[in-house]
Order: sequence, then structure tokens, then C-alpha cells
Amino acid sequence: MKILEVNNLTKQFSGLTALNDVSISVEEGEIRGLIGPNGAGKSTLFKNIAGFQDPTIGEIVFDGQNITGKKPHDIASMGAVSTFQECTLFEDLTVLEHLLVGCHIRAKANIFESILGGFSNKYTKKQVQAMDRALEVMDFVGLSERQDQQASALPLGSQRALSIAIAVCANPKVLLMDEPFAGMNIEETMQMVKLTRKIRDTGVTILIVEHDMKAVMELCESLSVLNFGTLLAEGLPGEIRQNEEVINAYLGGLKK
Amino acid sequence: MNTTQTTNVNSNSSILYRWLAIIVVLAALLSLPYGLRYQHQDLLIFLVINFLVVVSYRLMTLTGEWSLIHLVIVGVGAYSSAMLTKFLGLSFWLALPIGGLGGAMVAAMLCYPLFRTSQFYFLIGSFAAGESIRLLWIYDIGTFGGTSGIHGLPLPELFGIDFGEAINYYYLVLVVVGICLALLYRLEKSRVGLTLRAIHWQPKLAESIGVNAWGYRSAAFIVASFFAGVAGVLKVHYLGNLNPHQFDITPMVFVLIWVIVGGYRTFYGPILGAVVLVVFDEVLRSFQGFEDIRPAIYGFILILSILYLPDGLESLAKKPIDYVYKWLFNK
Repeated sequence: MKILEVNNLTKQFSGLTALNDVSISVEEGEIRGLIGPNGAGKSTLFKNIAGFQDPTIGEIVFDGQNITGKKPHDIASMGAVSTFQECTLFEDLTVLEHLLVGCHIRAKANIFESILGGFSNKYTKKQVQAMDRALEVMDFVGLSERQDQQASALPLGSQRALSIAIAVCANPKVLLMDEPFAGMNIEETMQMVKLTRKIRDTGVTILIVEHDMKAVMELCESLSVLNFGTLLAEGLPGEIRQNEEVINAYLGGLKK
Repeated sequence: MNTTQTTNVNSNSSILYRWLAIIVVLAALLSLPYGLRYQHQDLLIFLVINFLVVVSYRLMTLTGEWSLIHLVIVGVGAYSSAMLTKFLGLSFWLALPIGGLGGAMVAAMLCYPLFRTSQFYFLIGSFAAGESIRLLWIYDIGTFGGTSGIHGLPLPELFGIDFGEAINYYYLVLVVVGICLALLYRLEKSRVGLTLRAIHWQPKLAESIGVNAWGYRSAAFIVASFFAGVAGVLKVHYLGNLNPHQFDITPMVFVLIWVIVGGYRTFYGPILGAVVLVVFDEVLRSFQGFEDIRPAIYGFILILSILYLPDGLESLAKKPIDYVYKWLFNK
């Protein structure tokens, strides 16, 4: 079953065409990689799917529903949750607090409940729910020992794991990952590969936008290659590695 | 990390000490006006009302947006109450929450245009919106009384207590502000407060996990405006009159300075800033010849505090508080 479909998507920025008639469909339960040289339009496609930008033409269908033009928080509530490449964390919040924020969708509290706090059964229930989920996910990604540390004090690998854990708290059907391996050493990369697989094994479909070819080849089950805003090739990692057009695109300008 | 562990270990004694601290502070606040001269009692009343102004303002800043409209909202609460009590004869006790609702309503109407912008543009936008409300007061002589405002506002009535007496009004203010601060405190420590802080650091990340950042910013603005409105009602009914100049940009800048100098990361920071600067101001006033340069001295303090105390007075206060805490628990 297809869980995410991008149909004939075009994105223009005042004359510049960043994406030209791109169609991609992602199967439920797979790990899909989206690669391409610099400026290929990977991040633009990512932002369009996550709702941070609206496509000029074309539509995006997630889980049978058209999500084109929807707001990021609506898309997240439907189950397509994104993580970012720039290490974006809520700085002075602790690890546990990050995950409690991550449980926002399942434990949304309104202002009156919040002021009542412990006097409101509804609020208490939500708080317990959020706490349970946060502790569960913290254990899942292996951050339990760092529960009370501030996020800005964590090493890079743990920060990245935390940013993914926040997304996992939100119970995604599809996890959109923007360059999860950027700036990591080999050991950290391997841990991240393991974690990503582990998340997939819980039934989450994963779409990765990435530069690091080695990690992508190892992790992804299928790849889509973008170049100059168009879809260049699609297939298994082994096929992509052999594909002449892809090699040319990466080495640059060796077209015949 | 340490604090949570300590509270876990010593939960019983820490609760005891907390109650002791609350009782001591309360006793101090209750007995304070008796040691003061008349004009200082007035000052104390306005200071306590300003606690509510700065703390509600801080709720806004939790989301990362700084506005210049807060004092105008205080004015909206004040005007609502003034007109209701003076022209319609409504009782003060009804006008108090309605003044708050008035502030919240104006804020709600401003949410859509204002929160389309952020950061610096939000600051300027909020200033413009505030000024247009103030100009409405100035030019509409019929309802709002123009530049001279509205005079002869009634005092609250309850069991024949004379609220014209400073000490009685002080206790009234203490109760109302105390309740409001408790509500704001609970809100900040709740899941909503956590979400607001998250929006402050990374609005995009918050949105990507399903937080409606626009909605939460608006909610924070509206709630902050409710309490600002309440503060406005308390203020003008003691003064007995109000005019548009009480709510112009100058006192707003003072609120900003209190919050920045006091520090906005903790709940008590802005209160600390207000207390220290108001007392300092009063000390300056007692010296002859310093009156004209008081704004300059204020500005100087602001510059010094941004340079050397970027986290505000609260960062100074934190050390002795932690020290006492450690001393109490032998940690």
C-alpha cells in the first residue's frame, strides 16, 4: 500500500524552478532515501511534504488524504512528522521535557485544565499518558540516563537521537528525516542507522533526505535520485550505484 | 538535575520549608504597610499591582515575542471598568473580571493581524496597534473623555470597609494579585507552559510535532491580556481617575526595563526587577536635584544590566538562594 504519494509536484520561487514535475510514491513500511547533488531540490521537496512550503502545482497525498497546502501542525497531527537537519532542539529544556512536548498530539491540554492541574482528572490523565510515552521512548532511544540533562549539554549523537525521539513521541505513520547523518562520525552514523531501523521495525515508514551516500546505501531499501529539480532515477541501492546518469550527475557535467 | 534529586530525597522537609518561606513572605507583606508613610503606602499598592503587569507580560515573552501593547491593554481593562462603574453604575466586583475580559477581547481581535508577523516586526506592529487604541481614547471625547479622561471613579464596597484607606486597599490588591499570580504560576508549570517554552526556542520544530504555534502564541497573548486588564482595573479605582497618558509608551518602557533588569527566565525575575528599581527610584527621588536625570540613570542601569547581567537580577539572586538551600539540607 502506498502511504505517501507526491504527484506531479512543481515548485517555483519567482521564476526559479526548484522542483519540476516530480512524482514519488512511498510504500508503507519501507525506508526510502531521497538523494541528489547540492541544489537538486531535496530539501524543497521535504519542506513541501512537511507543509512548511506550498507547492506551485501538483498534490501530495498522505494516507489517502490530500495534504497539499495544509499547515505543518495539521500534517503532523495526521501522522507525517518531520525532523530537521540543523540541530534544532528546545535548548534549555531537559531531555524529559523535550519528550513531554513531543507527546503534544496525544496529550493536548487546554488552559483551564492546566491551571486546575492536579485538580482536573482529565489533565492528570493526560499528564500520566504523556509521561508514560515519554519514558517509553526515552528508553527506546537509549537516553534514559540523561533524562534530566539540558539538551544543549548533550553530545551531537545524543542530540540527534533526541530530535528523532521527539518525533517518535508524536506517533508518526511516516517519519520524514532531513539529513540525519550530517556532521556525524562513523560510530555515530552506525548508531543512527541502527536506531532508524529499530523505528521502522515498529511499523513506521521512513523517508530520508541525505547527503551521506555510504549511510544511505546501507540503510535504505529503495532510493529516489533528484537532479536539477527533476527525478533522475529510482530503484534499489545496487541499481542506483550502477546507474550511469546518477554517476554523471554526482561527478558533474560528464554528459555525452 | 540536582534540584529534582534533592526534592525527592527531602520531600517532607522541603515542603515544610516551602510553607515556612511562604508564611514568612506573607507575614512580611501583610505587615509592610504599617511601617510606611502615607505616600509610600500608595507606592506599595502600585508596586504590587505592577507585579501582575510584569508577570503577565512575561507570559507573552515565554513564547519569544515581545510586545509594546501591554500597557495599553492595561488601559483597556481600566477604561472598560471605568465606564461600566461610572456610567452604568456596575459594582466594582463585577467590573474587575469584566475589565480583564475586555483586555482579553481586544487582544483576541489583534491576534490575527499581529501574529502574522514576528520578532522585530511584531514589536513595531504591537506598538502601532497600541497607539491607535490610545488615539481613539484621546480623540473620542464623548465616551472616553479625551485627554482629560474619566474622573471620580467609585471605590469598591464590601461590608462597609473603607477602601479609600490605603491599608485596606492594599490588602484587597494583595488578595487579587495573589490569586492571579498563583493562576499564572500554575499555567507556566503546566503542559501549556512547557509548550510555550518549546515554541520560544524552536517554533518550526514545535509545529513539526503538531503544535499549533500560532494558536499557542495567541492564547498566551489573550491570557496575558486578561490579567493585564485586571491590573488596570485595580490601578484606576485606587487613583479615582484615568487618562490616556497613563498608558503611553513611557510607562511601557519602564515595564520593559523591569522585566529585562529583573530577568525573564524565572517567574520571580520580573517581580524582583520591579521591586529593586522602584525602591531605587524612590531613594533617588529623596535626594534633591536628581529628579531631572532619573530617566538617564534608568537608561544607564539598563545598559549596565544588559552588559554585565544578561540573565537579570534573578541570576544574582539564584546564588544566595541555592546557597541557603544547600545549607538547609546539608548537601
